[in-house]
Amino acid sequence: MSTYVPCIMDSRIDLGFEGPPSKTRVVVAMSGGVDSSVTAALAAEAGYDVIGITLQLYDHGETLRKKGACCAGVDIHDARNVADQIGIPHYVLDYESLFRNAVIDDFADSYLRGETPIPCVRCNQTVKFQDLLKTAKDLGADALCTGHYVKRIVGDQGTELHCGEDPIKDQSYFLFATTREQLDYLRFPLGHLSKDETRAHAARLKLNVAEKADSQDICFVPGGRYSDVVKRLRPGAIDPGKIIHIDGSILGDHDGIINFTIGQRKGLGIGGRVAAEAIGGSPPLYVLELDPAQKTVIVGPKSALARDTVIVNQINWIGPDTPLTASIDVLVKLRSTQEPVHGTLDRGDNDEGRIILQQKQFGISSGQAAVFYSAEDKSRVLGGGWIVGTELTHKM
Amino acid sequence: MDNASIYLDYNATTPLRAEVKAELLDALGEPNNPSSIHSLGRSARRRLEKSRRQIATLINSPPENIIFTSGGTEANNLALKGGQYTDIIVSSVEHEAVLAAAVNAKKISVDKNGIVILSELENVIADINGDCFVSIMWANNETGVIQPIKEIVEIASKYGARVHSDAVQALGKIPINFRESGLSMMSISAHKIGGPTGIGALVVADGVELKPALVGGGQEKGRRSGTENILGAIGFGKAAEVVAQNPAENKRVKNLRDLFETKLSRCFPKVNILSRNVPRLGNTSAIVMPGVLAETQVMGFDLEGICLSAGAACSSGKVKRSHVVEAMKIGDEPATNTIRVSLGWDSTEIEIDFLVNSWLKIYNRANKKI
Repeated sequence: MSTYVPCIMDSRIDLGFEGPPSKTRVVVAMSGGVDSSVTAALAAEAGYDVIGITLQLYDHGETLRKKGACCAGVDIHDARNVADQIGIPHYVLDYESLFRNAVIDDFADSYLRGETPIPCVRCNQTVKFQDLLKTAKDLGADALCTGHYVKRIVGDQGTELHCGEDPIKDQSYFLFATTREQLDYLRFPLGHLSKDETRAHAARLKLNVAEKADSQDICFVPGGRYSDVVKRLRPGAIDPGKIIHIDGSILGDHDGIINFTIGQRKGLGIGGRVAAEAIGGSPPLYVLELDPAQKTVIVGPKSALARDTVIVNQINWIGPDTPLTASIDVLVKLRSTQEPVHGTLDRGDNDEGRIILQQKQFGISSGQAAVFYSAEDKSRVLGGGWIVGTELTHKM
Repeated sequence: MDNASIYLDYNATTPLRAEVKAELLDALGEPNNPSSIHSLGRSARRRLEKSRRQIATLINSPPENIIFTSGGTEANNLALKGGQYTDIIVSSVEHEAVLAAAVNAKKISVDKNGIVILSELENVIADINGDCFVSIMWANNETGVIQPIKEIVEIASKYGARVHSDAVQALGKIPINFRESGLSMMSISAHKIGGPTGIGALVVADGVELKPALVGGGQEKGRRSGTENILGAIGFGKAAEVVAQNPAENKRVKNLRDLFETKLSRCFPKVNILSRNVPRLGNTSAIVMPGVLAETQVMGFDLEGICLSAGAACSSGKVKRSHVVEAMKIGDEPATNTIRVSLGWDSTEIEIDFLVNSWLKIYNRANKKI
């Protein structure tokens, strides 16, 4: 265990309301993890009228396929224990069917379309910031707080979304679909903290979950075997097919396009090529394209992955009010782990848009999000959209 | 109990009656094993059998027909599994403890008031020539609706079928006469009438074969092994005695419930109170709030300091869609937006007034801003 404990200057958080904290009711979405537990504890410590709510999103027993496992799972019990410890009312809401309809079904269908989905965005966009947010309002709460590492800043033109202070934990990519109206109601008390500081708070407040490991996987995909989940959700929909080289030659068979991601290099299951690579006979192969209609996986050299144009739809814009006709210089993130790159955004009608990238990018996958950041203020999220296609306009 | 809380959830569990508490304190600390041969064992046996008689008086049953269990759930499980019938018939509004103990049971529909459709019951029993076991609750936990047990037994008897009834909610709230009911078995529980949790009973008529779920020392005439829960039984017996001696209590509670419904209807004339015009328990009120999910209402009332429920709660605390209201086929909103108010002997008119005000507050807050 690390002995480093960051100095916590003033732990009393201020959620920015005019009235006294005791007269301000906030709902905290508590997952049972360290981040949301600290969020609730800090709000309670500052004297707010805090209500903890944990969402039951899926049947743990069924998902983990453990007979007799409780429907609730250990995280709900952790959340309940923390709420009890800090002395706030806590409730569990059954969102199983909402989550299945809004997130899990979309996740499976997206893979079947040859995309790489981001269920966490869908969850924030629907289950948390629509359904839970409505419940919070129904309970007379003034705000909904989450433990996300993003900052909400009230600017001249309204509420802005910014990256979390800690670049390692920043979760702004996953919150690009948050609308202005939702932002007005949301609070992110951890946005100014580093993970170490959050853990230090957990230790200082002696929360039961202080030592709990961070969650790594998609919550309903234990152990990261997403293909197992898709197979179970869509039995019979996963067909084997051919792995075809971009030059037209058939390299082998695969057992379903859902097992592949654009830009993937390892685990293609075409041994001959790998052997040939080993003796320097041919360059390594990457997944270039997934074709659900033909059930084919197209592979080729890395150079064939290069794209300079990204097409997005369902754009959520929370940047400055600019006319739709104006081209905007932005920084854009095309997957959660990537550094933002420069590009020019052209927004069209119906929330669609095109981004011309300054430099070619490799391995851009449909189903992921293109999230726009301000070119001037790199921390500010301007919005984002869902990637539906890519092009290579300038071949050179 | 928390002084700040208003407890209107008597169908979930009740506070321990003061008389019961006193009786339990008196018995605490004794080495209570009724199977022991020595004097203290005999003393424990005396207490156990006294409790059995107290309960027998309340339900008009021979004391020896009462088998103590750990509660209503165990009693239901013992009744439904112990008979070893292949064909079991239940109503679609039974408690989970019945539905889960008889997963392959044929479910009889209920009408829009939640009352079992007797013609359907008769058809189903006739179809299998009466070679079946019927289990239908006496009163429903969510709506308070009282099932026509007399008619149900008559129909079943015509075809030679035996009937069990989950009378956990009915006990103490309406008169129960086991001897005259014609039932083969009946489940009851202590903590719904002011006794402790962890004790209940299955009442079994003479001549009913029952395979025990728990075997061992052969207690309870071999039907439920394990050292008897003497403290539980003492509490159960005392609670039954208090109820039997206070018939006016239910009348007062019913008047209070009716007053609540009248006041709420006056403030919100289109309020939908389920099964309002059919026989139901005098303490129970199931109310639909337009535009607000039951789970949101329960949270809202809790934050106002009022304890009540929506349907039957899962152990994880989440609120499920009500299978009881769903079975009544009266639309989507009642199935998702109904809460249950269940009053008891400590309920007051001040609490009722506060409940009405809170109901209106929660309704207006949620419906105003859309």
